[in-house]
Amino acid sequence: MTDLAIAAYGLRKSYGDKTVLDGVDLAVPAGTIYALLGPNGAGKTTAVKILSTLITAGPGTGDIRVGGHDLATDPQAVRAAIGVTGQFSAVDGLITGEENMLLMADLHHLSRSEGRRTTAELLERFDLAEAAKKPTSTYSGGMKRRLDIAMTLVGGPRIIFLDEPTTGLDPRSRHTMWGIIRELVSDGVTVLLTTQYLEEADELADRIGVLHNGTIAAEGSADELKRLVPGGHVRLRFTDPAAYRSAVSALRDVTGDDEALSLQIPSDGSQRALRSVLDRLDSAGVEADELTVHTPDLDDVFFALTSSADIPDQPKEAVR
Amino acid sequence: MSSLSLAVRDSSTMLRRNLLHARRYPSMTLNLLLTPVMLLLLFVYIFGDTMSAGIGGGDRSAYIAYLVPGILLMTIGSTMVGTAVSVSGDMTEGIMARFRTMAIHRGSVLFGHVAGSVLQAVISVVLVGAVGVAMGFRSTDATALEWIAAFGLLALVALAFTWIAVGMGMASPNAEAASNNALPLILLPLISSAFTPIDSMPGWFQPIAEYQPFTPAIETLRGLLLGTGIGNSGWITIAWCLGLTVLGHRWSKAQFDRDPR
Repeated sequence: MTDLAIAAYGLRKSYGDKTVLDGVDLAVPAGTIYALLGPNGAGKTTAVKILSTLITAGPGTGDIRVGGHDLATDPQAVRAAIGVTGQFSAVDGLITGEENMLLMADLHHLSRSEGRRTTAELLERFDLAEAAKKPTSTYSGGMKRRLDIAMTLVGGPRIIFLDEPTTGLDPRSRHTMWGIIRELVSDGVTVLLTTQYLEEADELADRIGVLHNGTIAAEGSADELKRLVPGGHVRLRFTDPAAYRSAVSALRDVTGDDEALSLQIPSDGSQRALRSVLDRLDSAGVEADELTVHTPDLDDVFFALTSSADIPDQPKEAVR
Repeated sequence: MSSLSLAVRDSSTMLRRNLLHARRYPSMTLNLLLTPVMLLLLFVYIFGDTMSAGIGGGDRSAYIAYLVPGILLMTIGSTMVGTAVSVSGDMTEGIMARFRTMAIHRGSVLFGHVAGSVLQAVISVVLVGAVGVAMGFRSTDATALEWIAAFGLLALVALAFTWIAVGMGMASPNAEAASNNALPLILLPLISSAFTPIDSMPGWFQPIAEYQPFTPAIETLRGLLLGTGIGNSGWITIAWCLGLTVLGHRWSKAQFDRDPR
């Protein structure tokens, strides 16, 4: 297939006797966003580091092609096609934001005028024009992250790796970052991002791979993944134990929590299903104090896929 | 772009980055010059009388002439601490991961550091040398050729120790460790012929002092600027410098090519 921006087969990596990646297959079509979702230590960053040529893949890894180039034999061609924004700020803290950008322009061999133009454009686009002449060590977390991405974009990469682009950002900066990422793809760029936030993968990604114990535990669009688990239910809460008990006897198929006085009724959340629950409550003369409808979200998927008994201990040193 | 012009272009970009750091934060470089300048003042103005008696009489100006070449080489050793610290800082920063994932010449990061460090070392030598001249140091009938050779020697020594310092910086997990690891580069001149002649030292120690890299370099510089005998010191210095350069380069490159920590 030629329209795959990233194609990796049997990605493996271990440090000593700790296996971080145990045969991960990835296929990311050009122009899409792919999210690698997983808890800390799942191997997300390791996967990105291998695909971005930062570290070598472990023995037994199959073919890896990024931007159509073989990662093992032609890493420089891969590097020319990609842009990487790592988990930890990759800006030079000793110089200003503008100088960081011009440094990137020089390293991409842009002419002086072209470099200045690109720098000014990107600083403007990422709302950094005002802070351009300040040392980046004085930037806030959100500003550093924006500069980081702006620097990644200087060479006009067609494939961009973003390792936990919003970790540590406040909600406003996170939404700004989401906007930036969506904008990238509208220009036809391919994005592979890692995240531990299910909401983020749901918001952004065309396809999501859930990384667990070094393998892809499940893969698909957000909707496909949600269909994997039954998680929809109606939740009723009571303050009066007597009302709670009569509700339990009036409804069938309920899971009750006697202490919290709450009931869960499996439901697809449709109007018809809701009405039948309410009708039965009415005919029994019971009134719930609170009613919430819960549709399955990626949290349910995530917990269902990763709550196996063999959750690995957190590594002593976080694998970066 | 050919790989050579790529190497030159990327290395000069990296050099500009290093010089920008040095210009933005000059205190780091200047702090490193305090040690050689303090020692120069201390040994001339405080210990001067005893020291000049120790080199066979003569007045204080004779000891200044004896001391300055050693102090100049010690200056090079001192600036290397800065090199090791800045390399180790760079390696632990995220920016290095960015450089590694860009289609730039692989060696340019290190070449930029090396060129910047040699340049800073030579400038530092000029600054400390100016202090020496202000205190009364004069060369003895050195020709233009000898001055050029003297600068060439200093640059060569700076290059050799820079590569070693780069290797030390890469091997250090943080700036503090890098600073400690580079300490021998400041201490070695203390046990050379910089302050006292080798033959005034205990017999068992003389071979150590005589053949460590600083002594032949100091003797060569003395010969060029003061007209004393150079003997085979020049060749020994060149051999040391080439050896250390090759060793430091291979050590640094091997560490750079390894997967980052």
